[in-house]
Amino acid sequence: MNNNWSWDIFFDAFPKVLEGLGITLGLTIACYLFALIFGFIWTFVKRIPITPIRWVLLWIMEFIRSTPPLVQLFFLYYAWPIVPYIGVTLDPFTSAVLGLGIHYSTYIGEVYRSGIDSVDRGQWEAARALNFSTGQKWTKVILPQAIPPTIPMLGNYLIIMFKEVPLASTVGVSGILFMADEFGSQHWKYLEPITIVAILFLVLSYPSAILISKLEKKMNRRFNKKATSKQIQENKGAVS
Amino acid sequence: MITINAIADIFPVLMKGVEITVTVLLASIVLGYFIAFIAGFGRLSNNVILRKFTGFYVEVFRGTSLIVQLFWFYYALPILFGIEIGSDFWAGVLAISLNYGAYMSEIVRGSIQSVAKGQSEAATALNMSRFQRMRLVIFPQAVRMMLPEFGNYLILMLKSTSLVSLIGMTDILYYGDILRSSNLSQAPTVYLLVLVFYFILALPLIWLTKKMESISKKGVASQ
Repeated sequence: MNNNWSWDIFFDAFPKVLEGLGITLGLTIACYLFALIFGFIWTFVKRIPITPIRWVLLWIMEFIRSTPPLVQLFFLYYAWPIVPYIGVTLDPFTSAVLGLGIHYSTYIGEVYRSGIDSVDRGQWEAARALNFSTGQKWTKVILPQAIPPTIPMLGNYLIIMFKEVPLASTVGVSGILFMADEFGSQHWKYLEPITIVAILFLVLSYPSAILISKLEKKMNRRFNKKATSKQIQENKGAVS
Repeated sequence: MITINAIADIFPVLMKGVEITVTVLLASIVLGYFIAFIAGFGRLSNNVILRKFTGFYVEVFRGTSLIVQLFWFYYALPILFGIEIGSDFWAGVLAISLNYGAYMSEIVRGSIQSVAKGQSEAATALNMSRFQRMRLVIFPQAVRMMLPEFGNYLILMLKSTSLVSLIGMTDILYYGDILRSSNLSQAPTVYLLVLVFYFILALPLIWLTKKMESISKKGVASQ
């Protein structure tokens, strides 16, 4: 292995690594949307009135939350096709969407929950007093107030998701990390491609992080709620 | 499908990896908290260079993903600076602790900054030095605010130790992968057991997090 940084190799590797960017961004969006939708399920799991069922589902959620997404990904990719009756073969992209999507949906569910909890008690009572049905109560009163304050938090999760997506290269999704690895093994040069990957991540995620924090400030001003910023603090624990 | 025999075969093999996982976790926790406090205080320093430098460190490590940092430490650092970290162990521990140290330094900074300004003024009025002010007044109040967040990061660090198997360290997941590649039909049992191993390791951390939360709430008027 050559011991020096070489700009020639840097410029050779750059277009090759960049080829993976579309996949990385696409996978980020796909995982994120999956987590956003699936997150609702966990939110409502917490409200299931039948205690044993709720208890079991909450333990499943805790289990998913506190075990490594990498292992879950391997489980879906290698083991799921062999599981009898329900097992199907998943291609790398799908298993990554399911694996990372389900893992982060448990966090997103908490975000929704914190949003719903921040809706004033009086709003629930008002909805009941106006004789709203359950569906109307949620769609017309609670959710329109619960979701907007959580938008900055959800934005943070988009950035977190972007940074988690390279895990998918381990099951062969050809994102930027995979491309860098491939270039590395072909030319036996890892230094330059892996540095390019790091730079790409930094260049893409840093401005987004600034954007999110601006949005957060704007939202806080708009909703003028101390609770929101406190919940954001609480939820920052979920970064990885 | 999942038979007692299969579990009895797999269990001892995975047990061999527990030691590495736990060692990496403990080393990362100690080093990570240490870095968090250094960087957190660095960002509050009066020295501009120190402040900018730690700010740069925090943004770089928060802006790139852990797996990239891990590979970078593993592949690039030895070549670029001729630094032989010595072993995979230190590449793994350094990547994890520098990454989470950067996140946690923000908690340290945020907590110290959110101690009411009157506290610091009162300490000044009592003629305390800058150091005394921090040690006796600000810091004890800030630590309490850091605790719940620090607890969450314990679990995140545990989960991230699984990445070290990718640089060839023989942790739980590494042995799981070996078992899977030697007998693919066992894969569901193997990975379920690996997940259970991690969950069992996480249980005391979850308990500790709850404990830290209750300590930090104790004796404080709800806001």
